[in-house]
Order: sequence, then structure tokens, then C-alpha cells
Amino acid sequence: MIWRLTVENLALARGERQLFAGLGFSLVRGEAAALTGANGAGKTSLLRAVAGLLRPEAGRIHFDDLAGVEIEADVARSRGLHLLGHYDGLKSIRTAGEELTFWTRWLGGDAASLAQAVDTLQLDPLLNLDIRKLSAGQRRRLALARLIAAPRPLWLLDEPMAPLDASRRALFGELMQTHLDGGGMILAAVHDALPIPVRELKVGLA
Amino acid sequence: MTGAAAPATGSGFVALAALMRRELALAWGRGGGPLFACAFYVGLATLLPLAEGPTPQKLAAIAPGAAFAALALSSLLSLERLFERDYEDGALDLLTLGPLPLEVVAGVKCLAQWLANGVPLALAAPIVSIALGAEPRLWLINLIAALGGGLGFTFVGGIGAALVLGARRGGLLIAVVVLPLFAPPVIFGAGAVEAFGAGLEWKPALAFLMAYSLAAAGLAPFAMAAACRNALS
Repeated sequence: MIWRLTVENLALARGERQLFAGLGFSLVRGEAAALTGANGAGKTSLLRAVAGLLRPEAGRIHFDDLAGVEIEADVARSRGLHLLGHYDGLKSIRTAGEELTFWTRWLGGDAASLAQAVDTLQLDPLLNLDIRKLSAGQRRRLALARLIAAPRPLWLLDEPMAPLDASRRALFGELMQTHLDGGGMILAAVHDALPIPVRELKVGLA
Repeated sequence: MTGAAAPATGSGFVALAALMRRELALAWGRGGGPLFACAFYVGLATLLPLAEGPTPQKLAAIAPGAAFAALALSSLLSLERLFERDYEDGALDLLTLGPLPLEVVAGVKCLAQWLANGVPLALAAPIVSIALGAEPRLWLINLIAALGGGLGFTFVGGIGAALVLGARRGGLLIAVVVLPLFAPPVIFGAGAVEAFGAGLEWKPALAFLMAYSLAAAGLAPFAMAAACRNALS
């Protein structure tokens, strides 16, 4: 399983526009890093590159296990990381319960972890509702439930707190802390400070 | 990201079953579902005699071919949404992070699309064909050709649906990309039915149709997955 994420000398571009170059950092278990930078600096693109959805212009991203042996990137990504972006992948015509069950099974969770996720994020009253009837904050909680329902070590989060109310922000802060204490890793693009101790990584052209 | 398959484990089968269920549910509701596709098919077939004029014998002669061409057009109807919804709402991102490669995802999506749309259309095909004046004894060969042809239409159409991801007016573009590729199944499918009706050797045409559809089902997922990865990056 993933023990360390290493990004070396990474350069990303969207079309003709260079987002950044020469970015390097590493993240080990129990660590969280907050990506900061102006709008359009490339925070989301960096997360997508780590998830394997964007091909870097230069540099490399690799995942190592406890012994320092590199894990094949496809295997690491399909077993070891969660991506939570602006678009939550929830289908408006299906119910919250159907969608959460599907994503839990797809991402490798089981019935027990699913029940735990529903309980933790207080989703019980929402499960029979169509996704289109949920508010932005409720949808985000449903998306966050995936993180608990299918335990994976590396969380890639894009503005995870934005639509949540104050009490749910505190709750999600606790969840992130629990994840880190259990040996997880978090890489989050944020504008507001996260309620957990983090290292700041500035993204963008100097 | 290369297309290397993660080794299938127990979680792979659970994920596959969950994906199939989801895709069937989505295909059932996509673009109005099978009822809408069948209504379009029947509507299209109704226009043919109106255009052809008051000589039913002329129409009866071309009925199997005309019915098959109408089937091809009806198959196109709900293909536009095959990947587009998942692409727009971020689900395609998450589907790349599961235990199965995108090639399998694409194949399952097409299979579900065929089960939910292609099979109901194929069941309507003999009825439409007979309504246009084809001999009723052709119903079985008609059904078989429509089932096999529909499989090919869905998988080849899926390539078009994946290629136009992110393009505006995707629906029209799919038709332009895919209709030329629909020529072989239309030729062989309608040809098999015509030959059977005329008492000629019909098996080679049917065999070509099935070969085309199975080749499409085997190869198209690779093209669809490559097109999806390209659209995501």
C-alpha cells in the first residue's frame, strides 16, 4: 500500500499555457499538505495529475511502499487514492443510497464500512432521496462518505470544505485528523485554512 | 496512464456486478429509455410507406432492408449520452480509479446499452418489418439479424460517443462519425434477411454480420477507453 507520494520536477500545462514547472515535494503517511495559489494556478490540475488523469509535461509522480519500493502507478491509483473534485460524479436521477452503494463497491469498500460512513456523515435521512433534491452541502457530504466507505490511504481533495456548514466543517476536520492518525495522507487544494496541522505548498509560476 | 489491467480479485467481481447494475439502471433511463427508441423506430418505419406512395408491392420488396436501415438510425438515438453524462459530472474520473481498467468499463457500458436498448429494438424489428409488408415467416431471421446487428451498432456507436466527448453538438457529430461504420452490418443484416426470403444462401451474410458485431464488441472497448482518457486529460 502507498507509504509515500513523491512528485519530482513536475511541469504541467493546459493547452498552450504553462501552469507551473519544477514542482517537487513528497508526502509520507500521516502527513497533510495544503496546496495554495491563485485561481488558475494549477491546484486542481496537480491533483488530477497525481490521480493519473493529466499527463505531465515533464517530471514524474511516483508512489512507494513501506520498503521504499515503487508501486506500479496504475495499481497505486486504483487501490490507494481517492479524488474528490468539484464534480462529484453523482447522478441526479438516482437516489443517494443507490449512488453511495455503487461507489462504495466500485472503490473497494464493504457493507460494514458503508454503514460506518452513513453513520459518521449523518446520511441516514438522505438515502431515499433523489440526488437532484439534495442541497450542495448534502451532496458534498455524500461525496465525502466515499472516503470513509472505501478506506484508501491517499486523499486528493479539491476545496473539500466549501459547501459545508460550520458544524460539518468541524466534523470533517475530525475525520481528516482521524485519517492522518491512522496513517493516511491528504493533499488538498484550499483557499481557507484547514482545521488540521498542514504543510503549505505554493502552486503556480514564481 | 497505460491501460494495464489490475489483477482481478474478489473486489473486481463485486465492482463489475455493481457497475453492470448501475449501467443497466442508467441505460434504462437514458434519452427516454427503450420505449422512446422503439417509438422512434416505429415512427420512422411509418414514414416510409407514406413517402413511397400507393403501391404496397414496391415497399414489400424492400421491407427487410428498409426496416434494418431504420433500426440503425434508432440505435443512434440514445448513444450520445453513453459517456457524456459521466464525463460532465465527474463520474468518469472516479471510474478510472476503480479496480477494473477503463476498457472493461467501456465494454460494460455498451453491453448494458445493448441490453436496455438494442434488445427491445430487436424485438420490435420483426413487427416493424411485417408492418412494412415483409413476409411473416421471416420473423425469426429478422430477430436474429436485429439482435446481432444491434450489438455491432452499440459498440461501434460507443466509439463515436467516446470520440466526441467535450465537443459541442456531440449528438450530430456521433452520427457523422458512426454512420459510415454502420454500412457493413446494414449490408449483411438486410442481405441475410433478403436472401432467406428469396430462398437463397443466407448463412454467409449472417455469419459476416455476427463476425462484424463480435469483432466490434472485442475491439471497440480499447478505442473507447483511449478516447475517454484523451477527453479527461
